[in-house]
Amino acid sequence: MKGELLRFTTAGSVDDGKSTLIGRLLYDSKSIFQDQLAAMETTSKKKGLDEIDFSLLTDGLKDEREQGITIDVAYRYFNTPNRKFIIADTPGHIQYTRNMVTGASTANAALVLIDARNGVIEQTKRHSYIASLLQIPHVIVCINKMDLVNYEKGAFEKIKEQYKDFAAKLDIQDFDFIPISALKGDNVVNRSKNMEWYNGPTLLHSLENIPVANDLNHIDFRFAVQTVLRPHTDEHHDFRGYAGRISSGILRIGDQVAALPSQLQSRVKKIHCGYKDLKEAYAPQSISIELEDDIDISRGDMIVKTTNQPQNSQEIDAMICWMGEKPMQLNGKYSIKHTTRNGRAIIKEMVYVVDLNELKRIEGKTSIVKNGIARIKIKTTTPLFFDSYRTNRNTGSFILIDETNNNTVGAGMII
Amino acid sequence: MSYRLEHLEELEAESIFVLREAFAQFENPCILFSGGKDSIVVTHLAVKAFYPTKIPFPLVHIDTGHNFDETIAFRDELVDKIGAQLVVGSVQEAIDNGMAQDEKGVHATRNTAQIPTLIDTIEKNKFDAAMGGARRDEEKARAKERFFSHRDDFGQWDPKNQRPELWNLFNGKKKFGEHFRVFPISNWTEMDIWQYIKKEKIALPSLYFSHEREVIKRGDTLLANSPFITLKPNEKVTTEIVRFRTIGDLTITGAVKSEASTLDHVIAEVAAARETERGNRADDQRSEAAMEERKKEGYF
Repeated sequence: MKGELLRFTTAGSVDDGKSTLIGRLLYDSKSIFQDQLAAMETTSKKKGLDEIDFSLLTDGLKDEREQGITIDVAYRYFNTPNRKFIIADTPGHIQYTRNMVTGASTANAALVLIDARNGVIEQTKRHSYIASLLQIPHVIVCINKMDLVNYEKGAFEKIKEQYKDFAAKLDIQDFDFIPISALKGDNVVNRSKNMEWYNGPTLLHSLENIPVANDLNHIDFRFAVQTVLRPHTDEHHDFRGYAGRISSGILRIGDQVAALPSQLQSRVKKIHCGYKDLKEAYAPQSISIELEDDIDISRGDMIVKTTNQPQNSQEIDAMICWMGEKPMQLNGKYSIKHTTRNGRAIIKEMVYVVDLNELKRIEGKTSIVKNGIARIKIKTTTPLFFDSYRTNRNTGSFILIDETNNNTVGAGMII
Repeated sequence: MSYRLEHLEELEAESIFVLREAFAQFENPCILFSGGKDSIVVTHLAVKAFYPTKIPFPLVHIDTGHNFDETIAFRDELVDKIGAQLVVGSVQEAIDNGMAQDEKGVHATRNTAQIPTLIDTIEKNKFDAAMGGARRDEEKARAKERFFSHRDDFGQWDPKNQRPELWNLFNGKKKFGEHFRVFPISNWTEMDIWQYIKKEKIALPSLYFSHEREVIKRGDTLLANSPFITLKPNEKVTTEIVRFRTIGDLTITGAVKSEASTLDHVIAEVAAARETERGNRADDQRSEAAMEERKKEGYF
């Protein structure tokens, strides 16, 4: 297999059949092993079920198996001859918005599940809003349980229109609709014989053909330095390699670059990837860079092209998704982590809080509770080198950390 | 020129990023080295991540005393080749001084005795991050692990209270006495590992390839005959052509009958396999939640 990697996330309400869908994808793409299947069959029988309960495959932790619900992000893997897939399986309950945001943060695509009997509900709106906020490039709306509405085209079309109306308010670049039955296997991997009226691709076909590489920003070169490699050996006496992973863009030998914050300039002498020397490198490669001149660069600095620089400021406008047990407070102080740079941040202003049920802005709040989303202004102790999240997910995102217990409490997206 | 990476290149780039983050964020990180293919791949990635600097992490081997000779020989050779420091935590020693207990009976293993030994080794050497070769595709509880997994000052994992891990922003902040487990190859599958071993021409212990060996059939598992195994009535030692899909303690790692003597044969076998690689690990079969219970206590 020489395919690319596609990371996608799944979102649905408690009974939308999300775990069943993932189980079905894995089963029909022959990614389930015999011992896993045997364990599922035994447990399904114990629970008095006639068919295999595919959700058993993804509900990993003991508490979840007992309660029959998914409580955290679980990662699943499968591949076809064309692609390797990583699924971030996240729960759909209201109190677990933070998990969906977590799963969505690394995803190229999101599956939003809708129960064909219920249509677009508040949960659907919430999930789609998060997909839009996190700028997941592709959204596939799976209208599930078509078997329970007699596979009727009308039911599918009605929900499709409902969703389009609502999605017009969001910032989703690309979405598709697929009528499926995860339980019966219609249009998941195999084309449904029950819905001849549907001419579009199956879910797996869609997943295999989403253009992944186009999602990356190949224009703005950004390179956050993780560490500096200095071997001090006779063979590599003067070697000084700036190690990191390219956030975006393309770098070539000879390029004129600047280091931030110092603004000192030099040219790219060599690019290394493991033991190999490269002429050019691009996101998301992990490389090390040697420059022509000896300039002072350390972890947290950013190497960019002199002619294409990010914003550089201590005052930042952002959307934040709050994940801490303690509410976020106006004027509260937190540690901030942005690229490889650390500092402290103070919440200077709460512009508005998002009402996730109505998708409305509420002004005048001074705190945000767990799972809340808000637009804020922060001030940082150290300048950050950033782009808007919309143009660059890697340099436009940050996390806030509670300084008393070190927990990650906020996920920020720079506007 | 198309600016895209194929999946093994992307996985490698991600793992190298994680290894460099661990190096930068912690004061004294180490690699947990079992001699199995996954920890060999992690070590290989670490060498690449810091090249031409020497690998900046010591390799820590938790030695149950029930080792395959091949594993130890391979370990020593590798450590020598890459110039890494080796730290051995001895389960036998932990048992001798009462920190760990040896199990009794025919199903006795030193699997649980590894936990206090591991935690003691981490504390004694003041390691603040222990990197392992665990993969999320291996087992249900591992599917929920983070790249940076926080452990309290008892070395315990709290799966319901994990830090959310967003984008590639790993939060390694901790209080004194706490430590992290770091899993650079979280997103790799067994097949990815094998394909990468082939692509990078990584050397492996001979146990992974078919060979003739004395084995005992116990349940569905073929266990290697050794002085550490107690025969049950009706059990007998036979000689078979086998290989191992995972390598751990002698008493629990099951062999599979196999003629796969080269990497290509092994890859073909893995592709056709109908059982997960941990399917014949006696330690996982104890109960449905066996791995989760051990992980909470501080297992790898």
